[in-house]
Amino acid sequence: MLKSWVLITVAGLSAGVAMADEEGTPLLKSHADINNIESLQRGARNFMNYCSGCHSLMYLRYNRMATDLKIPEAELTNLMFTSDKSFETINSAMPPDAATWFGKQPPDLSLIARARSVDYIYSFLKSFYVDSTRPWGVNNLYLPQAAMPAVIETLQGLQKPVFKSEPDEHGNAKMVLVGVESMSPGSMKPEEYDQFARDTANFLDYAGEPIKQKRQSLGVFVTLFLLVFFVFAFLLKKEYWKDVH
Amino acid sequence: MAAAPESAGGTPGGGLIGWIDQRFPLTKLWKEQAAEYYVPKNFNFWYYFGVLSLVVLANQLVTGIFLTMNYKPSSAEAFASVEYIMRDVDGGWLIRYMHSTGASAFFIVIYLHMFRALLYGSHRKPRELIWIFGCLIFLLLMAEAFMGYVLPWGNMSYWGAQVIVSLFSSLPVIGGSLVEWIRGDYYIADATLNRFFALHVAALPLALVFLVIAHLMALHEVGSNNPDGIDIKKYKDPAGHPLDGIPFHPYYTVKDTVGIAGFLLLFSGVIFFAPTFGGLFLESPNFEPANALQTPPHIAPVWYFTPFYAILRAIPSFAGTQVWGVLVMGAAVLILFFVPWLDRSPVRSIRYRGPIFKVMLTLFALSFVALGVCGVKPPSGIYPTLARICTVVYFAFFLLMPWYSKIDRVKALPERLTGHA
Repeated sequence: MLKSWVLITVAGLSAGVAMADEEGTPLLKSHADINNIESLQRGARNFMNYCSGCHSLMYLRYNRMATDLKIPEAELTNLMFTSDKSFETINSAMPPDAATWFGKQPPDLSLIARARSVDYIYSFLKSFYVDSTRPWGVNNLYLPQAAMPAVIETLQGLQKPVFKSEPDEHGNAKMVLVGVESMSPGSMKPEEYDQFARDTANFLDYAGEPIKQKRQSLGVFVTLFLLVFFVFAFLLKKEYWKDVH
Repeated sequence: MAAAPESAGGTPGGGLIGWIDQRFPLTKLWKEQAAEYYVPKNFNFWYYFGVLSLVVLANQLVTGIFLTMNYKPSSAEAFASVEYIMRDVDGGWLIRYMHSTGASAFFIVIYLHMFRALLYGSHRKPRELIWIFGCLIFLLLMAEAFMGYVLPWGNMSYWGAQVIVSLFSSLPVIGGSLVEWIRGDYYIADATLNRFFALHVAALPLALVFLVIAHLMALHEVGSNNPDGIDIKKYKDPAGHPLDGIPFHPYYTVKDTVGIAGFLLLFSGVIFFAPTFGGLFLESPNFEPANALQTPPHIAPVWYFTPFYAILRAIPSFAGTQVWGVLVMGAAVLILFFVPWLDRSPVRSIRYRGPIFKVMLTLFALSFVALGVCGVKPPSGIYPTLARICTVVYFAFFLLMPWYSKIDRVKALPERLTGHA
């Protein structure tokens, strides 16, 4: 029996390890914590102030957000720019033909944290850089050819790309984009901006799965119950099997 | 189940049960199938996966019914209705995660259940039909899972369906019209989603349940095999019960309860703490709605299909057609049906088999896992070569079986079961 368990675990682990590696620029670690309610509240404020003009959260309702993030009624109305009914979903102010302005309709962000990851959003928010070839003068390390203008550059300040020379397949030197660095400071200190990006990413993680925090805390009780049940089931089995020789 | 009334010799007792027994074989069924169904006493860990597949089947049926109450099978509404279930339906997130995790759990327990049969020769005479029903269940389960995966109408649903359905187009002559017939349109569209929904919630589950009943009836007709792979009906007590057998109820009902509790611990661990299982059970691109204009960066079927998908990709195109890969992939599933006749060993269980079978079974298991990894990975680097080697091993295990199972050394079989776990 032990042997079978070991076998299955090893097979499972090796499959898991083999799948862990992914290509592309490594993401920055956000260290966002879904249980940190203040961080989520700040993230909600950040989103409403800086993102919701263009990006909707079409699967999240204002009142659901207020309940989950413990936002008082009076404060909630301050966050509701696009609706006066709290049961409505968080829509953006963008007209349906915004694609003609940006080349692309600003995407709904309800599920961005699930389609990408919370670390991706954090990395994305921190990695705009000046690129005169783009229509809005900026590009993003994690979303090449980004159509989004750097609406948050006043907070973070401008960044410039960092290139490294690497040999290509023919041995010729080639410039490869490896990162970004600050050009001019913004209105926030670097640590403040990190916190801004972390809170916003955290909030979008919440928006992607509002039940996440409750799911995990409920899971603890379910696990404890099943452990107790397992012990009693095992003792019952032992009792019944006493007479089997 | 209430205690059966005194009904020795089949005469119905009194009370409600007696009243029913005169009209319906309730007590008789209970006795035949559980209380007096004698089972070998030495079942080990591997024997949990049969009952666990029943547990998962029940889970899929019940959660599926509740999902159907809120899901909208239309290309315009499907994606949003899944999010509606996840957010606005009370407990909807739990039902959905139980169903999506259940799909993966189904394949885990079924793969281990099938491996158990290979370990102990459970498919050998007189249990060939049990095995064949099981293979049919596996085949239907793959169709069921594939169609279920399309229903959320995420981008991976869409492109996965596109890739898998278009495999049929490589068949000569009928390919094109066959694909059109499956899709009900010229591309994966609303009509496809509608019919997949019908098949997923009605036709296939019905067929699955019937096959499971047939699988169990055939099993209870001939009796269960055991880790020693020997017949327990040779030595019986004066009452005619096998000496090495014990009634299924209560012995295995209590034992299976322990197994089920252990399984539920792992199952709920995934549901509550890792429902996407790192993108393996629910893939990230499926959190974006279906988009016919944008493919996901890397299209791969869900993990449980990847061993077969890797076999498909391992076969190069030849004579200007890709059909060989499709045929070989089909053969990889269909060859399972023939195992009872490919195996020529005088013994059933691996315990009494020689080294050749042990080596072949180990290589087979490793190549199956490796094929699964190859199917998840993009076809570059070492993976195409690895997939080809593993495809050869996969088929060698079956095709060479008539030869190596015959010449392999065997140990003497015991007269009685060797203890119990």
